[in-house]
Amino acid sequence: MSDTDKSDENHIGEGGEPTRRDFIYIATAAAAAVGGGAFAWPLVSQMSAAGDTRAAGSIEIDLSKVSEGQQLKVLWRGKPVFVRYRTQKEIDEADAVDIASLPDPETDDARFVANPEGKINKHMLVMVGVCTHFGCIPVGEAGDFDGWYCPCHGSHYDTSGRIRKGPAPKNMVIPKYTYISDTVIKVG
Amino acid sequence: MSGPSTYEPKYAAERWLDKRLPIIRMSVDFMGFPSPRNLNYWYAFGGILTLCLVAQIITGIILAMHYTPHVDLAFDSVQRIRRDVPFGWLLQPMHAVGASMFFLAVYIHMFRGMFYGSYKNPRELLWIIGCLIYLAMMATGFLGYTLPWGQMSFWGATVITGFFGAIPIVGESLQQWLLGGYSVGNPTLQRFFSLHYLLPFVIAALVGLHIWAVHHVGQNNPIGIEPKSKSDTLPFHPFYTMKDAFAIAVFLMIFALFVFYLPDALGHADNYQRADPMKTPPHIVPEWYFLPFYAILRAVPDKLLGIILMFGAIAVLFVLPWLDTSKVRSMRFRPITKWFFIIFLINGFILGWCGAKAPDAIAIPIGEHGMTFKWLSRISTLYYFAYFIPILPVMGWIEKTKPLPESITKAVLSGDA
Repeated sequence: MSDTDKSDENHIGEGGEPTRRDFIYIATAAAAAVGGGAFAWPLVSQMSAAGDTRAAGSIEIDLSKVSEGQQLKVLWRGKPVFVRYRTQKEIDEADAVDIASLPDPETDDARFVANPEGKINKHMLVMVGVCTHFGCIPVGEAGDFDGWYCPCHGSHYDTSGRIRKGPAPKNMVIPKYTYISDTVIKVG
Repeated sequence: MSGPSTYEPKYAAERWLDKRLPIIRMSVDFMGFPSPRNLNYWYAFGGILTLCLVAQIITGIILAMHYTPHVDLAFDSVQRIRRDVPFGWLLQPMHAVGASMFFLAVYIHMFRGMFYGSYKNPRELLWIIGCLIYLAMMATGFLGYTLPWGQMSFWGATVITGFFGAIPIVGESLQQWLLGGYSVGNPTLQRFFSLHYLLPFVIAALVGLHIWAVHHVGQNNPIGIEPKSKSDTLPFHPFYTMKDAFAIAVFLMIFALFVFYLPDALGHADNYQRADPMKTPPHIVPEWYFLPFYAILRAVPDKLLGIILMFGAIAVLFVLPWLDTSKVRSMRFRPITKWFFIIFLINGFILGWCGAKAPDAIAIPIGEHGMTFKWLSRISTLYYFAYFIPILPVMGWIEKTKPLPESITKAVLSGDA
């Protein structure tokens, strides 16, 4: 700050060099941009799922309550989770499908989580019961593939919850879950 | 059109005020706005829409005094307004029916603008501001429909916010950010209420710009030629204030018919069921004013493409001033394009019909199996876009238009206006 007396230097730089005033303008604009961004961040971020919402994001389900051919609906994160005790016929139907012919190719086995012994129980299908089209809840034991049918826009799912026909782009989602005992799972 | 001020203060108090804050001068000049002398009743909808906005804001602010934005209380608080709050039986249907009336008026206003070519040079920006108002109205209408927290509120919100989930890569996080959780829930309802309260004031600001723009470029008129002399125009007050007042009276009669005799006719019975995240209604439909866009959304089997088409159907309105290449504004002088416009209008109703029905139901019993609504909506969607591209640009180049009158005055006196 020793050369503030050279007032010309504040206006015109020698040889088109940026002046001290240019520097102050840029520094001010930069500080305003950073400050504005820092202020905007919490304004935007507050809309994300709050701590209590995320904390309520996991539940335990007792699978022994479901008997063969039945389906349990449990509310998880505001959406229903289907626990379907599949019959042998339904498992065979799901296995018999040509994977290449599926809109969202996935084997039936890939839709199960192994228990602590490393085995999968193909009788117990656990999935988020939400149509991947626009989030409606499909109706069980319906549709052209004996699985689920969404009444909203006509998507058909098979006995593995895989999309077979209609506007939905993806198979119904398998949530992250773990077996905490032989018959109890923890979802989320 | 905003010429030099003609106001002359008569009294000492007026002169005192005029020197310090020329607010009377501004109002007098505003109301004396020279308007084409041949405006018909289709031009009354600007005034009607202003009334709608004011009515919605007043009834809305009152409803907010009694409404509770919480998933456990919202449904009951709306029922309480209708049953227990003094005059709630009147104010709640006024607001709900008012939304439908607002959209009815805005659709007539938009089709009027399209028929008389009111979007053309120099009114492009006036039209675009209008499109922004329409967009803000749709957002407000959707947010407001969620608030009573009935089955259609909940599932409508689920389907619409699901659109954002379809965006590749960021979709899921974006959707969770909008909802404030994993699905539509209490955080969603609270923010929807806050934004539903905010947006009407954004609309009011846009309406201010819209009116400023129309005062700057002047109103279009049914024959679409600019006023050339003083005899081509009339002062807005008292000529069009009276004409608008009569139109508003007729409009309010229709409004009152719905409010007093058919308060629920434009709604959906399922919305009298409390929202249940475990049970989807068998047939989800939006409010009637969204049905054409819902039909376009469902016309294609691909989720993302359906959303792109639906938003495209609105986006195309913004570029309409540049798609219509004809120098002639009014469809009255465009013998062929006029019919394309009339088909476009009917097509809008067909799309609305498709949006209200199940996609696989039979619409027209022709052929061996009949035509389903899915296919009808595909044809209608195709025509909707074809009207904008290529019909309008091509017709502008090839159509031989009828000769335009010399002036508005001559047209009026010869009975052609």
